[in-house]
Amino acid sequence: MKTRSLASFLLGTALTLAAAGIASAQDKTVKIGALSDQSGLYADLGGPGSTLAAQMAVEDSGLAAKGWKIDIVSGDHQNKPDIGTAIARQWFDVDKVDVIVDVPNSGVALAVNNVVKEKNGVYINSGAATSDLTNAQCSPNTVHWTYDTYMLAHTTGQALVKAGGDTWFFLTADYAFGAALERDTTSVITANGGKVVGGVKHPLNTPDFSSFLLQAQASKAKIIGLANAGGDTTNSIKQAAEFGIVKGGQKLAALLLFLTDVKAIGLETAQGLNFTETFYWDMNDQTRAFSKRFAERMKNNAPPTMVQAGVYAGLRHYFKALEAIGGNPHDGAKVVEKMKSMPTEDDLFGKGEIQPNGRTIHNAYLFEVKKPSESKGPWDFYKLVGTVPGDQAFTPLSESKCSLLKK
Amino acid sequence: MQALYAQLLVGLINGSFYALLSLGLAVIFGMLNIINFAHGALYMMGAFVAYFLLDLGGINYWWALLIAPIIVGIFGMILERTMLQWLTGLDHLYGLLLTFGIALIVQGVFQNYFGSSGLPYAIPDQLKGGMNLGFMFLPVYRGWVVIFSLVVCLATWFLIEKTRLGAYLRAATENPTLVRAFGINVPRMITLTYGLGVGLAALAGVLSAPINQVRPLMGADLIIVVFAVVVIGGMGSIMGSIITGFALGVIEGLTKYFYPEASNTVVFVLMVLVLLVKPTGLTGRAA
Repeated sequence: MKTRSLASFLLGTALTLAAAGIASAQDKTVKIGALSDQSGLYADLGGPGSTLAAQMAVEDSGLAAKGWKIDIVSGDHQNKPDIGTAIARQWFDVDKVDVIVDVPNSGVALAVNNVVKEKNGVYINSGAATSDLTNAQCSPNTVHWTYDTYMLAHTTGQALVKAGGDTWFFLTADYAFGAALERDTTSVITANGGKVVGGVKHPLNTPDFSSFLLQAQASKAKIIGLANAGGDTTNSIKQAAEFGIVKGGQKLAALLLFLTDVKAIGLETAQGLNFTETFYWDMNDQTRAFSKRFAERMKNNAPPTMVQAGVYAGLRHYFKALEAIGGNPHDGAKVVEKMKSMPTEDDLFGKGEIQPNGRTIHNAYLFEVKKPSESKGPWDFYKLVGTVPGDQAFTPLSESKCSLLKK
Repeated sequence: MQALYAQLLVGLINGSFYALLSLGLAVIFGMLNIINFAHGALYMMGAFVAYFLLDLGGINYWWALLIAPIIVGIFGMILERTMLQWLTGLDHLYGLLLTFGIALIVQGVFQNYFGSSGLPYAIPDQLKGGMNLGFMFLPVYRGWVVIFSLVVCLATWFLIEKTRLGAYLRAATENPTLVRAFGINVPRMITLTYGLGVGLAALAGVLSAPINQVRPLMGADLIIVVFAVVVIGGMGSIMGSIITGFALGVIEGLTKYFYPEASNTVVFVLMVLVLLVKPTGLTGRAA
């Protein structure tokens, strides 16, 4: 009796181990969770468009033809960290999701970052801005693809200070993202001899900015820095025009501005704004070709924003890593390590690399919003002003506080 | 000190939106006993109709001020005829749930078609620019909003409290059977009243289109504050909601100046304080 049960136990264990071994080498199933703001103020810059971008990344990877089975689920975090983490946990525990993509809203992004690390998944963030994701709160499971607050501060911020804008007043969204952007921009301003003369923190999703704009006007600062995003930025810019801020000699710095924001403001009001992005649909033949395919499938025929482009490019690189491994090991840290070991190259962001802290490095572009007379089509909005190489735009590793670098 | 004056004025401007919206709510609650949660969605529809009139029909802002409330008002009357009228005599909760559901559907449909980031609507040429008041730069359009809302609020108050039509209306809500015995078509009057309340919401929407983005959720973001205004003012009290609307706008403006982080919550703190002291609201009568 005893020997028989021992024998069957050993046999069972051996079979299980063998099965597991085969599974890790040949398992070609992947489940992607596109977690975004599907209905709130960031839904147009990420949202359903990010899910479409993920879908296109799966199709363009050609993995289905090689026997891979890849599914996508999408979720709405409603800009609330508790809802975001609840969805992430459910995805990992019940739905067996391997990789979470997008996640705009820095507050939600940082919360989800912890869950992904705990569950050993893969996290390719495109939508969130906070540089903490690859700095103080970096994780072996996280790749931060598209942009971050350090980059925004060191491109737009620096360019404006150097152009003579040495006194600043901040309108800051009162959560993780706004705080990070204001902090990073302030350090650039002071490092370049400028001064921050004041600022005001406004609640997320504020319809009326007139009180704040009056304070900015009274401060006599040369530059009014908008450390906010989406609907908050469009409302501030629109109302700043109404209060004659730019005509009065002050300049607006939209530290973070997306294609969909410019559309919402209208060129009449937005013209002349300077800002930075890492992707624009009209950069070259490859970006135009992708954007055309993307827009055809979008409800309002909108080309991709840089966030949506980042979801696509990040996933393409993830698939390359999985192919190189030869199967899905369902081990997030291992896949991310592989992603970091391969140089990145794709049609949308060009050549780049993922640094050991998880930060993806690629070119950043300074743009100016066109005048209505210069625009030739419904989405022809940007003029290229300058290109900043990736190694100058993003946090140098020597300045990074990421714990992964200390090994 | 100058900055303080400026904040007072800005508060008054926001207050005029609160007043217009809460006025419509108060009319509907006072006359129909319906807690109209669809009010924000109808406000948003007013802004969207103004946008479509301009974008598709080339019809300018001034006509939109007239046409949009009529179109949305008719939509409201259809809602009343087909759905809300069946709730007469039932608990308030049913009306609240039904109108909340309507609001979600309307917002969802708009969001599905127009996204969340909004559409631009320019300030009409006649109201562009601004003037320097010494203590602040006042955009002409904002000044116009305050004056226009004040006129509309007072006209509505006059219509309901001082005219014969208003007297019929108030009598009809007290005792519909008796009023009907005098040969007055009470259901039609109620439908028209709902239409009027909805039209006021749409009018506020048109007024707000050039200042804020025309967005599907613009009403959802505002409606909770407006409900707080109505509750503080006293449910159903016309004058109460007008005065509270303007007053809360000013208090909110001052909060934005002294402690901006609390500007989204100050209204609710006030609501709690008022309800603790006077559960019927400032000017409300006991039910």
